Amino acid sequence: MNLINKDILGIEPLSREEIEGILDTAVSFKEVSTRQIKKVPTLRGRTIINLFFEASTRTRTSFEIAGKRLSADVINISASTSSAVKGESLLDTAYNLEAMNPDLLIVRHGVSGAPHMIAKHIKCPVINAGDGAHEHPTQALLDLLTIREHSKQLAGLKVAIVGDIAHSRVARSNIHAMLKCGMEVTVVGPPTMIPVGIECLGVKVLHNLEEAVAQVDVVMMLRIQLERQNEGLFPSFREYSNLFCLTADKLKNSRKDILIMHPGPVNRGIEIALDVMEGPHSVILDQVNNGVALRMALMYLLLGGGSETDH
Amino acid sequence: MKLIIKNGRVIDPANNIDGDYDVVIDKGVIQSVTPSGKMKEDSTAKIIDAKGCIVAPGFMDMHVHFREPGFEYKETIESGCESAAAGGFTTVAMMPNTNPVNDNRSVTELMISRAKAHGKVQALAIGAITKGLKGETLSDMGDLKEAGVIAFSDDGRPVMNNQVMRRALEYSRMFDLPLIQHSEILDLTHGGCMNESRISTELGLKGMPTEAEDIMVYRDIALLEKTGGRLHVAHISSGESVELVRRAKAKGLAVTCEVAPHHFSLTDESVRGYDTNTKMSPPLRAQSDIDAIKAGLKDGTIDIIATDHAPHDLADKQADYHSACFGIVGLETALPLSLRLVDEKVLTLPQMVEKLTSRPAEIFKLDQGTLGVGKQADVVIFDPSEEYKVEAAKFKSKSKNSPFDGWPVKGRVSNTIYKGKITYTK
Repeated sequence: MNLINKDILGIEPLSREEIEGILDTAVSFKEVSTRQIKKVPTLRGRTIINLFFEASTRTRTSFEIAGKRLSADVINISASTSSAVKGESLLDTAYNLEAMNPDLLIVRHGVSGAPHMIAKHIKCPVINAGDGAHEHPTQALLDLLTIREHSKQLAGLKVAIVGDIAHSRVARSNIHAMLKCGMEVTVVGPPTMIPVGIECLGVKVLHNLEEAVAQVDVVMMLRIQLERQNEGLFPSFREYSNLFCLTADKLKNSRKDILIMHPGPVNRGIEIALDVMEGPHSVILDQVNNGVALRMALMYLLLGGGSETDH
Repeated sequence: MKLIIKNGRVIDPANNIDGDYDVVIDKGVIQSVTPSGKMKEDSTAKIIDAKGCIVAPGFMDMHVHFREPGFEYKETIESGCESAAAGGFTTVAMMPNTNPVNDNRSVTELMISRAKAHGKVQALAIGAITKGLKGETLSDMGDLKEAGVIAFSDDGRPVMNNQVMRRALEYSRMFDLPLIQHSEILDLTHGGCMNESRISTELGLKGMPTEAEDIMVYRDIALLEKTGGRLHVAHISSGESVELVRRAKAKGLAVTCEVAPHHFSLTDESVRGYDTNTKMSPPLRAQSDIDAIKAGLKDGTIDIIATDHAPHDLADKQADYHSACFGIVGLETALPLSLRLVDEKVLTLPQMVEKLTSRPAEIFKLDQGTLGVGKQADVVIFDPSEEYKVEAAKFKSKSKNSPFDGWPVKGRVSNTIYKGKITYTK
């Protein structure tokens, strides 16, 4: 299994074969995290920098743990502690980090395309850990890994992605990934949160959650960012919850084995009800668990693993 | 010094001339335009052999940003004028979004005197519609006219307030100068950085919908119908806006408009890859908008070509797509991009020349843009078939922010002549 590009900037440039290869590799890494001594020497002596310009718990920690379990040295930089606060430009920050010879740069940035600009200017591989409303490729890959664990085969599955599609990089990466793997995708939300031309990507659009969940094998709820109400995208949280909160009642006509996903962080009671989130159909924590193995796999594939491939 | 331009194809739309003529220039004015080959030898004159070239009135760009005063690191009036001359331009009009803003006589006088001191291009000043470009209080339009401005604009910022725009149209009637509007309803474009389309959705960038332009064009036309005055729509980019102007013209309203070369040369597909040199306002639009713009150029709805020359230095462009400045340089690529319209049979060569010369002169009431005998000798000589690659690094402009860098193009200026003096030679 070889990746074509030096970077993982999005799902859109990946082929179905690459996606499946990454998932297969991730499966083989899962076992490492179940050992008592959760460490293999694969990336010993390699340096990985987590460069995060946006807040993150899950993704940053997941990358850090993945790197450490592969024995790489992992350095974390967040915007508030970087020279960005002194007015250093994004590119200068990247050049300076590159000058210290890292082997991998993991970038999260609030603006779409920012990791792409960095990747264009520096030689070391870049993984996009989320850029604006554009892509979040590792999230989509770990989501597919989670779905595949429960459904054996991805092709033919029907998925509903629910919430603020317009501002969601998770939605975009999942749409690309799922369509490439032969799944059917419906996006669901109020029209103010469905971006112009989304159907050109090959997805269906629905505005009724109950109707949508009755048709699908997987429902993926997205986080509603609290500031969106101020932008007037919906009238109130009460109204949003009435229409789009995934509750047991809205699931009454759904398949008995439906999978319920959420990339986190969750606004409990706004987009998903507490009992649903903690109920038998929820695979939310499986997603988080799979994130580590998936990111280990990507690091291994991008950095080649050196001569020590024993894990 | 006497100058004779021989053997060229002279295109002078204002005088309906298109043919092989020799042009004699002396004392800064056109002395004669006579059929080629009939002139006697003249050893006292400098001869330019324009064989295979077009000889036309010097180009006029009624929409440039020369950044002085205030942002001299991006461009100065001197570097801007050099860039203009290299692009075949002999007249430009400088927008007032400088720092301080050109909303008062002292800034106007500074800008004009800087340009005159340089002396290679007639750089005219456009005054602000409102003080500080704030859209609140009208600038002292009478005083600005006295100081020499040829139009008013808050370019870069639209006049959002309906009442202020109405007053501006009414008040400016006293001076018979056009108001140039950057048409954009800001609440519809807030935070946006490219056209709203399936591509903005895919790229995860906030869109700027065409309606933001259309609504303001419609509003201004509606106001104009009541108030009188003259409206010039800057850098039209939306197909629907072209149609609105077409209908207003059919009603006989005093509305004119311009298009920038990038808006008929590139679509929003170019934003893929996040090259910040594809970021401008208004943004690159869809193919259907380009088709409507070409139809508007063809039927005369779109009066002139103007570049919206907007220099930004590397630091302002080498940023993430959202933070990067809007705008691109245009003076040194305007000719080859406009010539593509001729190749595509959207315009004839004389029509293209007209939109860069006599038509802008007519709209802004300038006694220029022709090669008539006795007129100021502003001339461009260009080879319409010379093929080359655009090299932004070689631009005379201080800034190199062009999405056309590396493009194979056709058509190059060989000489620019302003007031009878050669200001640029290839």
